[in-house]
Amino acid sequence: MSFRISRRLAVPLSTVAVASLALTACGGGTTKSNTANDAGSAPSSTSSAAADPNAPLKEGLKIAYLPKQLNNPYTDVEVGGGKVAVGELKGEYKLVGPNDASASSQVSYINTLIQQTQDVIVVAANDPNAVCPSLNQARKAGIKVVSFDSDASKNCRDAFINQATTQGIGESLVKMASELAGGSGEIAVLSATPNATNQNSWIEVMKTELKKPENAKLKLVKVAYGNDDDQKSFTEAQGLLQSFPNLKVIVSPTTVGIAAASRYISASNYKGKVAITGLGLPNQMRKFVKDGTVKKFALWNPADIGYLAAYAGAALKSGQITGAEGEKFKAGKLGEYTVGADGEIVLGPPTEFTAANIDKFDF
Amino acid sequence: MSAETAVESRTAGLTARFANWNVAIIAVTIIVLIVAAATVENFGTSQNFGFLVLDLLPIALVALPMTLVIVTGEIDLSVASTLGLCSAVMGSLWNSNQPIETIIPLCLLLGAVLGAVNGFFVTVLGLPSLAVTIGTLALYRGLAFVVLGDSAVADFPVQYTDWVTGNIAGTSIPNVLLIIVVLAIVFGVLLHATPIGRAVFAVGASEQAARFAGVRPGRLKFWLYVVSGLVSGLAGILWTLRYSSARADNGAGLELAVVAAVLLGGVSIFGGKGALPGVIAGVVLLASLQNALRLSDVSNEALNVVTGVLLIVSVLAPNLANAVRSSVQRRRHRTTNPL
Repeated sequence: MSFRISRRLAVPLSTVAVASLALTACGGGTTKSNTANDAGSAPSSTSSAAADPNAPLKEGLKIAYLPKQLNNPYTDVEVGGGKVAVGELKGEYKLVGPNDASASSQVSYINTLIQQTQDVIVVAANDPNAVCPSLNQARKAGIKVVSFDSDASKNCRDAFINQATTQGIGESLVKMASELAGGSGEIAVLSATPNATNQNSWIEVMKTELKKPENAKLKLVKVAYGNDDDQKSFTEAQGLLQSFPNLKVIVSPTTVGIAAASRYISASNYKGKVAITGLGLPNQMRKFVKDGTVKKFALWNPADIGYLAAYAGAALKSGQITGAEGEKFKAGKLGEYTVGADGEIVLGPPTEFTAANIDKFDF
Repeated sequence: MSAETAVESRTAGLTARFANWNVAIIAVTIIVLIVAAATVENFGTSQNFGFLVLDLLPIALVALPMTLVIVTGEIDLSVASTLGLCSAVMGSLWNSNQPIETIIPLCLLLGAVLGAVNGFFVTVLGLPSLAVTIGTLALYRGLAFVVLGDSAVADFPVQYTDWVTGNIAGTSIPNVLLIIVVLAIVFGVLLHATPIGRAVFAVGASEQAARFAGVRPGRLKFWLYVVSGLVSGLAGILWTLRYSSARADNGAGLELAVVAAVLLGGVSIFGGKGALPGVIAGVVLLASLQNALRLSDVSNEALNVVTGVLLIVSVLAPNLANAVRSSVQRRRHRTTNPL
């Protein structure tokens, strides 16, 4: 009996083994190096028609927002701006998204949006590649794809709304850190998820900036990850202060991270000794600026990103632009924008918030 | 009455009693599909069918061996971590320029080995499977991060990723449906029409009795864990190709969806009862409900609530039905036999 069991169970096992051997035998050996040219061979622009800058903006467009995850205060402000713009455009606004910021959970939402025949999908990609096949399916179905906040691979979207240039943000983060550290000392970064495209590119710029002679005395001791989770960020901030007793500045280029770290520092005896800066929401940071924990931090206006994305999507769908470099379109109250290289549309330079100006901002 | 017939009649009795739920869940699934196709816009399209199949693919695959494991009275919570580790290894091997035709069988082998580790702890050392597989859930996921770290590998060959997301030429039947159907038939026949299947039920009903009947429960369970790991490895490969993204966190949390679908399909968490058609209906029911609710713009929160309520009902309903039935029988027994 016992022998029979193992032998019978071995049948599916060996079937799979034989099947995979067969695959090995007939394939010529597909490796990373000999497929390198295939990867990302999808068309970079689906539209072959030329842009008509004078085409009228279509009304009644169905514009759907798919942020990294729902119930995130920063995201709420971004898509709030989108909702306003879609209203101005007399379109139909929709917001969908996963509760977790995992790489693959966005795909089912994109599929649903394809089924619902949206005109524009505005997406912040959790993983630039995992969403690609379905975004390209959407584009084949005539949907215009605008990425914002965190870009999808450039061969699977029509345009990317960039908050500010990566270079500009990286520079501004190092500049603030240097001012707060008095020009020398240990600094640490508290980032979001290790795969967040935007976070990683800012950190890269920061590293380059820190190599410059004027920043020679600043030392980046660690990049920690709080996963854009309040408690994880809080614990990571705690950990940084314990591991590096000489730490002078924590730079957190994420709204969840900077708020959690500020909360920890404001209630600990590190207050006044360790500075915190980065990218944050004025409404979340107001009390830490008022109580002196945070001297300065920066951000663009997130509502404007969602707003600009809706206008870019509408301009794409109406044929005013195709996503090619140099095309111009009007974005309501924000004025005229020009499409940059690779379909990138830059919102503008970040704003620095201090005790002097923070009360002018409500978001 | 010999031990073997005792086990057999008990198994038969349990199966018969259980058939009700199995039929019920299949009926409910069919009703939900019909209602959704009739009322939810775009649900019944062939494109949506493709999306639906891709969404339920990993759950359906892993649920097959999980059914057998749970019927023996054990559990395997490490499946999603096995999937993640296989995905991470796949990415790392691809990065080191190995041919994909070698990577795929290696990942399947890895899955089987990871399953064998579970099997070893459960059957040779006799540790409780819940504890062992919670341990390997953390261990395998941890190893996945050791292997690939926080990076993602994306540039898998287009012919492979296209095959996984594509349809059988000239039809709107997704390629991966073939894999699901073939494996479902293999596992269905194995469980319901072979001595191994009878041994699985016997071990779940009473390990002691099964042993008297000549079954070696340890060996049986060991191989079930190997198969569970192997199929999880396969799910990891398909997951990676579907999303063109090998990551250490792939499939995180999937074990709960799988266990949920299996229980919803009428398999008793205490072992000994269950049928594969019900499990497949359970998987389809969960996936199509989610799909239909999403298409109707129901919020995530409401979606979670619906899924949660379904699961509680699925665990409660058979037990409640049994309790009611036995109390009725007892009362009847009392009235006919006053003694």
